[in-house]
Formats: sequence, structure tokens, C-alpha cells
Amino acid sequence: MIRPALSLSIAVALAGCAATRPPPARTPAATATVAAPAEPVRAIDANPFPSTYRAPVVGKVALVGGNVLTATGAEIADGTVLMDGGRIVAVGANLPVPEGYQRVDARGKWVTPGVIDAHSHLGAWSQPESADALNDVNEMTDPNTAQAWVEHSIWPQDPGLDAARQAGVTTLMVLPGSANLFGGRSVTLKNVPATTMQGMKFPGAPYGLKIACGENPKRVYAAKGRSPATRMGNVAGYRKAWIDAQDYARRWDKWEKGGKVGDPPRRDLQLETLAGVLKGEILVQNHCYRADEMANMIDIAREFGFRIRTFHHANEAYKIAPMLVKEDICVATWASWWGYKMEVFDAIEENAPLIHAAGGCAIIHSDDPLVIQRLNQEAAAALSSAWRAGLKIPKSEAIKWFTANSARALGIADNVGTLEPGKNADVVLWSADPFSIYARADKVWIDGGIVFDRSDPSYRPHSDFTLGQVGGAR
Amino acid sequence: MIRPMLGALALMLSSQASAETVAIVDARLMTMAAAGEVERGTVLIRDGRIVAAGAGVAVPTGARVIDGRGGVVTPGFIQADSTLGAVEVSQVPPSADRATHSAGISAGFDISRGLNPDSILLPVSRLAGITHAVTTPLYDDRRGRELQFSGQAAVIDLAQQPDMVTRPRVAMVLEMGEGGAARAGGARGAAIVQLKATLADVRHFARNRAAYDRGGGRPQPLARIDLEALVPVVEGRMPVIVKVDRASDIVEMLTLAREEKLKIILDGAAEGWRVAPQIAAAGVPVIVDPIANLPRSFSELGATEENAARLNAAGVTLILKTGSGVAHRARELRYGAGNAVAWGLPHAAAIAAITINPARIFGVSNRIGSLESGKEADLVLWNGDPLEPLSRPEAVFVKGMQMPLTARPLDLRDRYMPAR
Repeated sequence: MIRPALSLSIAVALAGCAATRPPPARTPAATATVAAPAEPVRAIDANPFPSTYRAPVVGKVALVGGNVLTATGAEIADGTVLMDGGRIVAVGANLPVPEGYQRVDARGKWVTPGVIDAHSHLGAWSQPESADALNDVNEMTDPNTAQAWVEHSIWPQDPGLDAARQAGVTTLMVLPGSANLFGGRSVTLKNVPATTMQGMKFPGAPYGLKIACGENPKRVYAAKGRSPATRMGNVAGYRKAWIDAQDYARRWDKWEKGGKVGDPPRRDLQLETLAGVLKGEILVQNHCYRADEMANMIDIAREFGFRIRTFHHANEAYKIAPMLVKEDICVATWASWWGYKMEVFDAIEENAPLIHAAGGCAIIHSDDPLVIQRLNQEAAAALSSAWRAGLKIPKSEAIKWFTANSARALGIADNVGTLEPGKNADVVLWSADPFSIYARADKVWIDGGIVFDRSDPSYRPHSDFTLGQVGGAR
Repeated sequence: MIRPMLGALALMLSSQASAETVAIVDARLMTMAAAGEVERGTVLIRDGRIVAAGAGVAVPTGARVIDGRGGVVTPGFIQADSTLGAVEVSQVPPSADRATHSAGISAGFDISRGLNPDSILLPVSRLAGITHAVTTPLYDDRRGRELQFSGQAAVIDLAQQPDMVTRPRVAMVLEMGEGGAARAGGARGAAIVQLKATLADVRHFARNRAAYDRGGGRPQPLARIDLEALVPVVEGRMPVIVKVDRASDIVEMLTLAREEKLKIILDGAAEGWRVAPQIAAAGVPVIVDPIANLPRSFSELGATEENAARLNAAGVTLILKTGSGVAHRARELRYGAGNAVAWGLPHAAAIAAITINPARIFGVSNRIGSLESGKEADLVLWNGDPLEPLSRPEAVFVKGMQMPLTARPLDLRDRYMPAR
């Protein structure tokens, strides 16, 4: 398949989203197009760092007798989950297991979709974190670094990825840090052992743009004696960038619609990313704590004609729940984090449940290499607070907070996030109710291939860093 | 002038709150005392003190009865390595009294002075069953790693009364390993030698105070307040919390403690499991964060979530904590303890590690830490397993007073939660 020449579009990256289908081969076809006399133009490669992930060749597996949370709202006692060819093929109570399936006894255990973290820095800020050399998460040199792609910071040997896999995390979105107004592009990874970022890159997942509100950008740049030093400076910075992006997109549109005559406009990586947002191809992932600032960001999005997919951290989302539901913006937050700075002073444990109860898209995220290992426990803390508040949210709904809803925020809900026929077979077999503190992931599958089995020591750990060291021998 | 007034006020409030007889009945009791776990028992509280805890305790007429059916009573939890009472918003320095960067005061910093009983973090932590904290000075390294000691820790209660210090100056706080090396100019060998020199200086000072005051004797690099604060340390009366992670650093500190006759408490000890028999043989207790399983530094390559279980199996006395210098996230203490259980620590050992063990090690077990006659009513009634996030406290007693189950975040919730 030839990528469309001369387009800012990342349509190729967006189209299909079939994780099990090999991504378009990286062919020299685009170069050939340039040489063709009929098209005297230079192609823009919309997917210059393509995924090389290939779903494993796998047999048929039946998880039998478990308590299944499908993340579609169902809880199935004595449930069976059938996986074939890397896909879920059937989910139900007491299903007959057809011939040829390897049976996995799930009696007394729980089965859920793979855990999806909507906010991680694994690989970009790796362990040992005491080594500054492994911190590549904040390009703290300019308030707008939309030209930076965090995938180029990913170190697949981060031991944190192993720890997360052993905790059931099958997919994660890695974001640049929040020092800048525009931090750069996010990348969505499959949590498979790999030696390259491309080997983990989720085929077809859309890019995100990290935007940060509030204290962090203004603190960082005030210290450097430059704008933004205030929240109004933050907003001025966003709006200037979007004005530039509109202008850039217009110039390209004009050139493309004008028959591509003459030299195309000069490419600008920073504006290319922002223009991708304006076209709806790149999803806005917005770090923003306070309710009033989220409202400002919604107005900015309206002013320039783009959408915000997710507010991250968003500890005051509960104050504007109806607005966020109406705008169809997901809220990715914690239960327990609060108070470390002014903009999280009003955080409450019930934040995600109150968004859920209002009919919104609530997500429990990590932003942390330890929390990512217990998103189920963090969700349990949120659920507990919901029950204390009298909100009758069942576990079959709360499971969505770290599976289905995260998939939606990342733009990969057609592929992962639920246990439904046709979805990728990303599955966790838990030793107990995942809302219990004692539950551990016993087995983890990605695209039907087992990536972790607690009973088999060969599954841990993958990282070259821990090899031959004290940590590798634990 | 002001302190006696506040003291009188506190006395008035606490006597008001506790002059009654309360019986928590039909609950499972985790006594952390000789009675062990009592499947179905009663805790009888009179005038703020436990007068009986066990099965077959008669409930006197007129007692206020709290139905504990299906619930569990534990002693109040104690959060070690905490900054509760000494911080409101971490990134707002004037709201925090956790650390000093003044080169003029290091070991002398006494965190028990100047704490804030009105902190909104205290009721938030109580809702997680925490009734006491070991408030522990942090290092303020804004101007570089200048200070050898971060100061002296204190045990505080979370009753939000002015007299919140249960016991001041319970331990000296010292970072060794990587951090200690950085403070000594970049090498562990320098840090250890410097520490030994400091201890020798303190001993010299203790013997020659008069000469020191005359300006005679040998010159001392430390300020008088620091020397004075370290005298109980060299005399073995005050333990030193030593923050250290690497197995070899732990062994160095065990050796140094033996040489210098110091009482030490290891804090962190990510690789403690590798030298667990030596720690146990030395009788040194360890403060562990059970979820710290990542190689966050080259001193923590052996970090594992089984650390707590392995140390316990080797016979080491454990205290569990969550994070380092924790305040806002103190409420995750019980989740951390639950994770330790998930990774092999016996449930009762996990509860002991957040109740009676820290009470004993920090010298307050005569008052709190177990459900025993004569101790303060300092306990929590849970509606289920206290280590499960889905369980919640139904009654919290601190210093004999039943605390309201309210906190500012719940006020915020109620302000914004739609009416149903």
C-alpha cells in the first residue's frame, strides 16, 4: 500500500486500526512518486516511524469458569472467553468449548480486558530514574515543543514496562511531560517485550497532542524569565499557536486545492502537529486540573475549531461534570492523589465516580510507574468512595475506568478495551476480584499471545538492564 | 503564656468528648496484644480508655453501644516516615515546615515544635484509619546537599487538638547510601568517616560542655544546638532512623551501629531482603514501603514487592509505610499493607507493622498500638477487612475521642454532588 503523497494527513495511521493486520509496508513507493514527471512534488511521509509490531501466531485458547467483567457493563459468573487468531470470538456463561481449544481453568478467578493506562511516561522517563540520562520526558526549552514526538524518547528496556505487564497492563499511552504549553506528540504502545519503540507501537493508533494548563508551564517559564509566567500568559500562548496553525493549514490547503503548482509550503514539524489537531487526526490530550481552566480550554477549542479528547488529571472535573459530558470529553484522573500543589487542593476521591454517574467517560490513569501497577486498586479506591457517597456503581461498570474508557480516550476503542467478539484478545486472568487488594494478574494475553504467566519464571523480567544484575535474580 | 492556655483548652475538649462509657460489640477484634484475634468480641471504653477488649465482656447499663456486627476493630494505624502536621500544600513552601536548608541547624531541628493541628490532611488521613504519625523531617536540598542530619522526628496524633505531640524527639533522621554520599561530597567512604567524626565530636562535647562554653576545648564544626541534639544519640537513648537501600549500605550501617553503640532503625531498605538474617541478628527494625519494587536508583536494583514478606520471615521487626515523607497520600497506607499481604506477608503481621510495631519502636506503646485494658481508646471500627479499599471505617477514636467521619474533600463532594 502506498501512502498518499503530499498530504499532512495521517489518514494511514488512522485508518483501519486493525492491530492484527500488518501495517503498510515501508516501501520506497513515495520516493518513486517524487521522481515521476507527472507529480513534480515531494511526498510527505505521514507515518515515518511505522509500527513493526506483528501479532503473534497463536492457537485457540478458552478461559473457562471465571468471573468475567466484559467492560461492556456485564458481569458473567461461570463465564467462558474464547480466543482464536488473536481475537475474542465468544464470551458468555457456560459456553461449550469447541474442539481444538487449549483450556485454561479460570474457576475461582476473574477475567477482564487488558488494563489500559491512558497516561504514562514509561520508557520516556525510565528506571533507574535517579539517572538523569534516562529522563527524556520534558523538552523544557520552549513553551511550544509540538514538534517533539515522545516516541523518540522511548527506551524499550525500561524495567517499569515489565512491572506494568506483570500487573496486567497491555496498552499504554506515553505522553511528553507537562512543562510546556504544547509538550509534543504522545504514542500508544502495546506492552510487549521489544527492542525498538516501533516493535511496541500500537498499529493504527492515532497520535495525541499533549497540552498542559496551569501551574507547571507558568512555573517553568517564569523561572526562565520568559512567557508564560501567568495563566493568562498560558492562554495567550495557546491562542498564538493555534492562529499560526490555522495559517499553516490554510497555506497547505490552498496549495493542494490549487493543483499543487509550484513549490509546496515549507514544512514545519511544530505546525504540522497542530494542523493535524485542526484536521481532527491528532487527539488533544490535555493536562488540566482546575474546572475554570478546563472551561477556558473548551472555549479555545471552539474558537479554533478542534475537539479535546481527554482532560488528564482533571481533579476538579466533578465541579463541571455536566459540561464535560455535554462536550463529550473524557476525564482521566486518580482517586488518591491530591494537595501537592494549589491546583490539586480541591481533589476528591469521588471525581471519577461523579463523572461516571453524570453519564461521562471516566478513567483512572497512573502518570506514575508504581500506580500503573495497580490501576485496579486505584479504581477500587474510587469505587469505594462512590459507595460511601451512595452512588450505586457496580464493578461491571467501574472496570471500564481502566479498560474501555481508556481505549476510547486513546482512539483505539474499536480494537481493545472490552471482551467482545471481534476485539483483540487482550485479556487478564486475575487471581481474585480485581477490586480486591489481594488480586494479582496471574496470566496476561496480548492479541491472543501470552505475555506473562506468574507460574512460569521465564516471563520475567524482559529488560536488558536488569539482566545479570541483582534485580534480574530476584 | 499561650501554651498553657492552649493546653487548658485541649484538656477541656478531650474531657468533654471522653467522659462516657462506650461499647463496640459483636466485632472481630485484631487486638495486637496477647489476646490475638478475637472472632466476636467487645471493646469497652470508659472515659477515653480501653477497660476491656475480648470475648464475653459484659456491657454495663448506660453504655453507648456501637454495633460492630460484620466489622473489624483494629488499633489506630500509625503512619511512619510521614510529614503529617508539617505540611498543607507541598509546593507552597510557607505552608510547609518539613525541612530546613539553614546550615546553622541540622540535627537540632525539632519538628515537634510548630506543627499545625488544624491541618486538613489530618481528618483525611483519619478516614483511612490513621490516628498517629511519625512526623519525620525531610532534607531541604534547594541549596545543595549541605546538611548531615535532617532533624528529629516526633509521634503525633491526628485528633486536631492543640496538644498533638504524643512524644517529641523520638528519633534522629540520617540519610546514608547515595544521599549520604552526596552530602559528604560524593562518596560513601567520605560519608561514613564523616559520620564517625561527628559522633566523636559529640562525645567530646558531652564531656567538655563547660570548656566549649568558655570557648576552649577543640573547635567543633557543628553548631551547639546540633551537638546537644546528638548527645542522646551517642548515649544510645535516641534511635537514629537511617535511610538506606543498598544491601552493602545496610551492612555498613549495621557495622557502624555496633562500633558506635548506636540504636538504629533502617528506613527504605529496598534490598533489605538480601541481608535479612544480619538485620534480624542485629535486632534492628526496618521501615519498608511494600510497593517499592522498581530499580529507581543503583541502590535499589534488588527492589521487590516481596521485601516485606521476606524480612518478616527472617524475623525482622517490620514497620510498613507508604512513600517517603508522605502526607497527602498517607491514606494509602492500608493499601500498601494489603499489597504486602498479597505478596506473602501474613495479614496479622501487616496489621502489626502499622500499629503495635511502630508504637513500640517509637516509645508510645504504653499508650497506643493495641486493644488492651489501660491503653487510650485509639482504634477504628471497619465495615470489613481494613486492608481492602472497598472497606471503610465506621468509627474512629483518637485519644479516647470519637472523631467525626468528615473532611474537607467530603464537604467539596457534598457541595457539588447532584441531589438524588
